[in-house]
Formats: sequence, structure tokens, C-alpha cells
Amino acid sequence: MDLIVSLVVAAVLLLAGLLFGRAAEKRHYADLKRREAELRNLLIFNERRLPADVVCSRAVLVVGSAVIAEDYFKHAAASMKSLFGGRITAYESLLDRGRREAILRMKERARTLGATMIFNVRFETASLSEDRSGSRPMFSAEFIAYGTALVP
Amino acid sequence: MELTNLESVPGKTIVKHLGLVQGSTVRAKHAGRDILAGLKNIVGGELKAYTELLNESRQEAIERMVAQARAAGANAVLNVRFSTSNIASGAAEVMVYGTAVLVQ
Repeated sequence: MDLIVSLVVAAVLLLAGLLFGRAAEKRHYADLKRREAELRNLLIFNERRLPADVVCSRAVLVVGSAVIAEDYFKHAAASMKSLFGGRITAYESLLDRGRREAILRMKERARTLGATMIFNVRFETASLSEDRSGSRPMFSAEFIAYGTALVP
Repeated sequence: MELTNLESVPGKTIVKHLGLVQGSTVRAKHAGRDILAGLKNIVGGELKAYTELLNESRQEAIERMVAQARAAGANAVLNVRFSTSNIASGAAEVMVYGTAVLVQ
């Protein structure tokens, strides 16, 4: 009886992850595309030195961050995949979304300051997964993007 | 106080270097937030409560770094870097560091 209950619970969680997780991912990608198009003219560089012809009156540190977690379906898919190795596509899209979201938040912050460029952009990723003995922990990570916004 | 992660403040010259300054905070994840985040984990996606928590921590770490720079007599911090580490299950350290300088 206990086995049946736990199987049903696992199946429901998987299905919820598959349905809601997929829908949320699709929505997020659509949102990312729209916002990226809006902010396309705000240029970002990872160069440390400013070219000599750049004029700016103010330089401000801007940061953007996002914490992204996996769903149960991705969790199960990644667990299976890691038995055989190779690309874990379930996580690739997750990391991509998190990083793009962080960049966009950094850009949005720069836009409110009236900046036209961001220099020396750096990324930072920190895993926030909790250690649970025995089972594979649910993956969650923080993505940070930061740089110096130049206000003309 | 001017903060930048460039090697100099554009349009200004460095008068004096005052050394490395840093600030950090260690935050435990809030129980209420943890439960909500646990539920969110079923469907995945962004954990807004944690994004906010870490943003607040980062702001506080920056304030501590700025206080240290001010005490050293600086008016700018250059080459600012961030780092986050998961020091124990349920607690995260947010650290920020840079070089305090006097610019004109």
C-alpha cells in the first residue's frame, strides 16, 4: 500500500513538473525575447579598459541577479541522464534562462540610470542546492551579472 | 562614494591607493521562505524569495565595504568583485571586495 501511495505521489510530482515546468519555461523564453529586443541598443562589453573616445559623466556599478530552480521532471530527467553521461539538456535551458534573466535585470537597472553602455561585465554562479544525504539534491543556483554602467 | 569594477574612475585620476576593502554577510534561508521555495521546487522556475534575499544580502555587503572604504578615507572603490558561496546547507555567504582609492 505504501509503495502504491509513494508511486502515485512521484507520478503526480513528475506530471506537475512536466506540465507546469514546460509552460513556465515557454513563457519565460517569450518574456526574455521581448525584453532583450527592447534593451538591444544598450551595449554591454566585457572589456576592462574604456576606449579613449568614450565620453561619460558618471560610472555606476550595476548588478542583476536571479535564482532559478529545477522542477521534478527535469530532476528525474537529469538523474537518468547522469547514469549515461553526455549533455544534460534539461539543465542547459535552465542555466541559459537564469543567466539571461540576470543580464536583463542588470541592463534594466542601467537603463533607469540613463546609461548607454555597460563595461567590464562579469558573471558569477553559485549553487544553492541543499545537501541531502543519499538522494540527489534539488538543483537551484544563483546567477549574477555585474558591470560598470556609463552614463553619458 | 563611487563604485566601479573598472580599473579607474572614468574622467578622474587616482591620487592615493588605500588598499583592499571588503564586506560580507551570511544569511540563513528563512523558514517561511524555505517552505514556499520547497513548493516552488515542484514546478521549477525562478525562486523570487531567494532572489530578493540574496539581493538584500548583497546590498548589505556593499554597505559594509563602503563603510570600510570611508573609514580609510577613500571616495571610490575600484575593481569591485562579487562572490557567493554556499557555506552550509541553508546558509549562503555573499562577499564583495574592491580597492579603495582617493580620486580627483
